[in-house]
Amino acid sequence: MAEQVIVCKELTKRFGDFYAVNNITFEVTKGEIFGFLGANGAGKTTAMRILCGLSFPTSGTATVAGFDVYHQQDQIKRNIGYMSQKFSLYENLTVLENIEFYGGVYGLSRQVIKERSNELIRTLGLEREAKKLVGELPLGWKQKLAFSVAIFHRPQIVFLDEPTGGVDPVTRRQFWDMIYEAAATGITVFVTTHYMDEAEYCNRVTIMVDGKIEALDAPQALKQRFQAENMEEVFYQLARSAKRSSD
Amino acid sequence: MKQLLVFIRKEFYHVFRDRRTLLIMFGLPVVQILLFGYALTSEVKNADIVISDQSKDANTERIISKIKSSSYFIVQEKQLAGPEIDAAFKKGTIKCVLVFPPQFGNDLRHDGKASVQIIADGSDPNTAKTLVNYLSVILLNYQQELAGGGVVPIGIIPELRMLYNPEGNGSLNFIPGVIALIFMIVCATLTSVSVVKEKELGTMEILLVSPFHPIMVLIAKAIPYLVLSLVNFTLILILSVGFLDIAVKGSLLLLFAESTLFIITCLSVGLLISNIATSQQAAMLISMMGMMLPTLLLTGFMYPLENMPVPLQLVANVVPSRWYYLIVKAVMLKGLGFSAVWRETLVLAGMTVALLSLALLKFKTRLE
Repeated sequence: MAEQVIVCKELTKRFGDFYAVNNITFEVTKGEIFGFLGANGAGKTTAMRILCGLSFPTSGTATVAGFDVYHQQDQIKRNIGYMSQKFSLYENLTVLENIEFYGGVYGLSRQVIKERSNELIRTLGLEREAKKLVGELPLGWKQKLAFSVAIFHRPQIVFLDEPTGGVDPVTRRQFWDMIYEAAATGITVFVTTHYMDEAEYCNRVTIMVDGKIEALDAPQALKQRFQAENMEEVFYQLARSAKRSSD
Repeated sequence: MKQLLVFIRKEFYHVFRDRRTLLIMFGLPVVQILLFGYALTSEVKNADIVISDQSKDANTERIISKIKSSSYFIVQEKQLAGPEIDAAFKKGTIKCVLVFPPQFGNDLRHDGKASVQIIADGSDPNTAKTLVNYLSVILLNYQQELAGGGVVPIGIIPELRMLYNPEGNGSLNFIPGVIALIFMIVCATLTSVSVVKEKELGTMEILLVSPFHPIMVLIAKAIPYLVLSLVNFTLILILSVGFLDIAVKGSLLLLFAESTLFIITCLSVGLLISNIATSQQAAMLISMMGMMLPTLLLTGFMYPLENMPVPLQLVANVVPSRWYYLIVKAVMLKGLGFSAVWRETLVLAGMTVALLSLALLKFKTRLE
């Protein structure tokens, strides 16, 4: 049996009477690309925040990279990477300085940072841009760089929160190539997205509706079960029943 | 620790690469100091005066030459008669008239007593009072010279002595206030903006997900501004000493220590604002308006607090710059030691602890 890097059991987060995350249970296998779908307000972000060690669940259990979300937030943070829609790079720092900064924040040694950043700049083909300010790079490159920075410290799991928002289809495709490469090296990818074509790229997807997981399977299996042609239809059938309005 | 250094280095990059930040950081103090030191001074220099000397004797000549040699007056050579004087005042070409009556020399010689008339433009009472005072002092000096250094035989002469500031140098009073103002604006604005910027960019999220402790984020943000503010303070002192002829009378070490405390107060205010504000503009507005106005109005350096209504005086007690102003005045201008300012220091320290804990607490709750 494959190693489980995220294990959630009956995880619940309640704000007063409001169940943002309601009793969800799932596992994510090492090296898997795990899609986390749901309309706005379905509870994706809340669940992700718990798994990233940013907030505590109300009840249930969860471990990330083998560490408990209640007591070992620090170890969790050390073993995950994170990237959001906003790219999260400093525009008035150069490519190299950004890499050095994030490497430093994760406590990597100067030597390791130097070796890996040289290698990274070579693979990305950014040799000429290495000393340029990130603000001068085109959007697509920024995004690739942001992803590379998110996995620079070689985390076990990388969380991607709508990483391809506002990016053209070609760049999105290239971005997914990078995600596959990362997964091939054994990094588990936990990704939320609004693009249903991207959901097809995932090994397995969950669809959250009103704080609950309504479906969890490989895209192919989901399409069969809901007799749908594509993930868009699957999603629509499930999300239609949502009672919560988006936020 | 290494992570902190990496972070601090990044903050310095930000500061040095952002022209707007640099301008606020170093341009603002220079402009403020020069503005308050030179332009907005209560001191009157080179006032146009007309002297109507109807006595024309050795005494009046010597008095006139004294007035001419002072930097406060420019003596108009043209003699003006009654109605012309009135017209000149109305046109604003003269500020003051000194009249020696025909019998002035005689009276002084025989009775040791003589009167002069000083006419000043009362529509500007502050200037008028100042000019009349300057003239009185010059006349008084002359009388003392006549008496040969002995006791002046005439009536009761009040001897004026402006303690700590014998020349009545107006910038003296402003400098401590301007320093407080600069720290308030620079520290509060720049820290709050730089924290909010990270929130806007989304980098704050990344930092919170990283193993870097959230409190350390705030510390790393604050340290570069603390260092730069101290550099700034040095700059202000150099400007004040070099250009405005202000001597630092007290201990420099104490002055720097107190300033460090006040800078930390201002940084805490900035961090607190960054918790409330969601955009850089909001942060800037809150810190500029929220900090600048109370510092200008309720610190006591522009408008004396003693003359304000009691409720406002009470409010002024909550403004941190008020206490810092008192401390700087005492240490820098009067040369007093720590024993004279420990109460103010304690109040300031208490405020800092309260503000900082509030900022950290709010930052934590926002996280969860």
